[in-house]
Amino acid sequence: MTKPVNTPVNNLQKIRKSLSRRNRSEWLFRWYGRLAIFIGLVAVTVLFTDIVSKGHGAFRIAYLQLEVEYNRDLIGVDNLTDPEQLILGNWQAVPKQALRQQFPDVSGRSDKRKLYGLVSNGSGFDLKDRLLANPMLLGTRETVWVLADDDIDTYYKSWLDGESYAARLSDKQVKWIGELHDQGKIRLQFNSNLFTRGDSREPEQAGIRGAVMGSLFTLLLTLMLSFPIGVAAAIYLEEFAPKNGWTDFIEVNINNLAAVPSIIFGLLGLAIFINFFHVPRSVPIVGGLVLTLMTLPTIIITSRAAIKSVPPSIREAALGMGASKYQMVLHHVLPLALPGMLTGAIIGMAQALGESAPLLMIGMVAFIVDIPGGFSDPATVLPVQIFLWADSPERAFIEKTSAAIMVLLSFLIVMNTSAVWLRKRLERRW
Amino acid sequence: MQATNILILILGLGCFAFYLGRGRSLALAKPLGGIRHIHSLPSYYGAHVALWCALPSLLLLGLWMIFDDPLINSIVLKSLATGGMVIDASSESLLLNKITNLADGVLPRKGEEPALVVAADLMLKLQEISRWSLTALMMTLTLMGFGWSWSRISSTFRARPQVEKVMEKLLLSCACVAIFTTLGIVLSVLFESIQFFRSVPIDDFVFGLDWSPQTAIREDQVGSSGSFGAVPLFVGTLLISAVAMCIAVPVGLMSAIYLAEYASKSVRSVAKPALEVLAGIPTVVYGFFAALTVAPFLRDLGASFGLTVSSESALAAGGVMGVMIIPFISSLADDVITAVPQSMRDGSLAMGATKSETVRNVIIPAALPGIVGGIMLAVSRAIGETMIVVMAAGMAAKLTANPLESVTTVTVQIVTLLTGDQEFDSPKTLAAFALGLMLFVVTLMLNIFALQIVKKYREQYD
Repeated sequence: MTKPVNTPVNNLQKIRKSLSRRNRSEWLFRWYGRLAIFIGLVAVTVLFTDIVSKGHGAFRIAYLQLEVEYNRDLIGVDNLTDPEQLILGNWQAVPKQALRQQFPDVSGRSDKRKLYGLVSNGSGFDLKDRLLANPMLLGTRETVWVLADDDIDTYYKSWLDGESYAARLSDKQVKWIGELHDQGKIRLQFNSNLFTRGDSREPEQAGIRGAVMGSLFTLLLTLMLSFPIGVAAAIYLEEFAPKNGWTDFIEVNINNLAAVPSIIFGLLGLAIFINFFHVPRSVPIVGGLVLTLMTLPTIIITSRAAIKSVPPSIREAALGMGASKYQMVLHHVLPLALPGMLTGAIIGMAQALGESAPLLMIGMVAFIVDIPGGFSDPATVLPVQIFLWADSPERAFIEKTSAAIMVLLSFLIVMNTSAVWLRKRLERRW
Repeated sequence: MQATNILILILGLGCFAFYLGRGRSLALAKPLGGIRHIHSLPSYYGAHVALWCALPSLLLLGLWMIFDDPLINSIVLKSLATGGMVIDASSESLLLNKITNLADGVLPRKGEEPALVVAADLMLKLQEISRWSLTALMMTLTLMGFGWSWSRISSTFRARPQVEKVMEKLLLSCACVAIFTTLGIVLSVLFESIQFFRSVPIDDFVFGLDWSPQTAIREDQVGSSGSFGAVPLFVGTLLISAVAMCIAVPVGLMSAIYLAEYASKSVRSVAKPALEVLAGIPTVVYGFFAALTVAPFLRDLGASFGLTVSSESALAAGGVMGVMIIPFISSLADDVITAVPQSMRDGSLAMGATKSETVRNVIIPAALPGIVGGIMLAVSRAIGETMIVVMAAGMAAKLTANPLESVTTVTVQIVTLLTGDQEFDSPKTLAAFALGLMLFVVTLMLNIFALQIVKKYREQYD
């Protein structure tokens, strides 16, 4: 039995031999790291390109040029100031008649229905609004661009891109669109409806204005409640709280609430605010209350960090000059900590803006057409609107959803970059 | 008057009182030779008067808003009962709703039962009385508060300590909002769950293998027994979370190690914020991405290999959730890795270890508690994640461990059970609260445990 001798030369050889293996594993490890970062970056890029490639089309929408006649007998209206006549008027007849004149050789019920399907179901009401804005038009003819139906819009865009999607159209409709295109009577123009209208079952009529206003009211309430309460709580915990069990208990609670799943806050809102306090459902008030409770931990934690970063020498100097503890906090610590607190508040608001799960619980998923005008009007918010549209079967809503996501993401990017800017600009390093 | 109007009025009066109080203290100070001769700064006298003016009536307003509606409702119901109407507990809320709608003019009065119309009138009258008495009471309280605090202003009156004492109480009550929130969560979830467990035994719920929460509308309905065995939901939740973790942990950890130990400053300054972008994207966007891009892609990919992948597969939802959690793990791991003292690295490198050997044998073991804590927080996040699974995972509860099939999760069921209008006391809606209780307890335990580990770890190297 011979035992290998551990001479320095032997050891050196061993180390030399293992060196290439060790260097290889070092090289591999480094590449694992690069691969991980690469995967992360690819995920970001794929996500954004996917959304943008799906959604960029929604900012333009197809319009048809029609020669319409505001015929009194056709609509059944001769006095535009009579509200009853306006309600009973057959507005959709105007675009229908124009289409019949455009394609005079179309006959038969089903063909006619297909022809009428070229324009949006709401186009008659758009013409009504136009007529109400210019009452002189009643009884005259004019050439207008009328909103096309969503299926037509989808087809026309895909056709322009070279890969036509005609699954929901008949051959005749495809032929008509071809004719209109040759005559220059169909075109894409900026989709202002997307930004000026509320939700609708018709994709071409649907817009995000209602959801944006709902988000605005909800966030406004959230900010008004959570910022003062959060800052006050942070001040108390950092500057005044005695070190005892009660304070520890508060801290444990805050840290845990920061990690509680957001849907639990929805259950809380449903059970306490709606069922116990009878706050109405679907309104920004209850949404704002729930989001306040949800963002409060974030704001408290960041505000505490901001207060902590103010050096003790400032406090001592203030106290040394005879300020009371409150004067010290209000006049010296708070102004210095405010930029950090504002950054925290913006981040909390960004979080609240993107949150949707708790709002599903408290009825903010309702289908709401009207644009909310206050805190107590039924409303939905932007992420929930995205959820609702993503659930809709119409193909045109995919485009709309992606566009709404782009709007939401741009809001978030603005908020987050302003938070970063604010931190860089105002925060002082001691 | 509307509550908001009253609120604005009270706040306005408070501001007015502040100036009056301040002015009076200034007037007191003048003959004495300046504000040096009164106990506190004039603004404290003002604040004292303002607080006395506004606080009591604001408290009253809060209490009134809580007790106003229930009180009126109970009086109205009692009047109906004395009128000879039979009201059982189940029809009570329906009846109240009807009366409220009649009173608000939402429902037409024509053709309704006369008793209900009378009740609606009574409700209107009571609401009127309540409104006016509230306004009157608040005005008196405000005036009394103002008068009393006004009369106390003198050169020796210690306004500052008094104001500061009230301020401290206000700050404390703000800090206690966190406690009340936790309490509210626990109570709301617990009460409804207890009600649920009265109709469904707790062991059927926790250990049952069949989940189909349909309850009978009619007595003789077929297939309406409604079984509430939550095991398929737990398994589905764990399956999706496991898929998410399989992606998030290696990628997140390796990118944190690379950024902390290898990357140059310029790479770090670009890659770190770029990864953090993933954390700022709303979950509904991930859900849309999972449902419309990833799931069809995986289905087609599986089809080309001859596999049947469900279009609501756990893989799609879990994979996208994993991507969402990457920045969460990487930033937590980055924190704990950079907290490992430099001397340990230097020691290992001086002994001839390569960088990767240092990371594997020295840094990771030293940072392990922190990393484990971070992963546990990430797991709790994955379990509680809602929107991705609502949009990309299935609805049907299937007991399977195959990530290519569709499963459902606890959060999906909570959302499906609670969206839409349901009677609040049916087992179907109450089941959502029982699921919420489970979710809350599990995530709470994970969080407390993880936070404890992270905290202990921090103390080790501080």
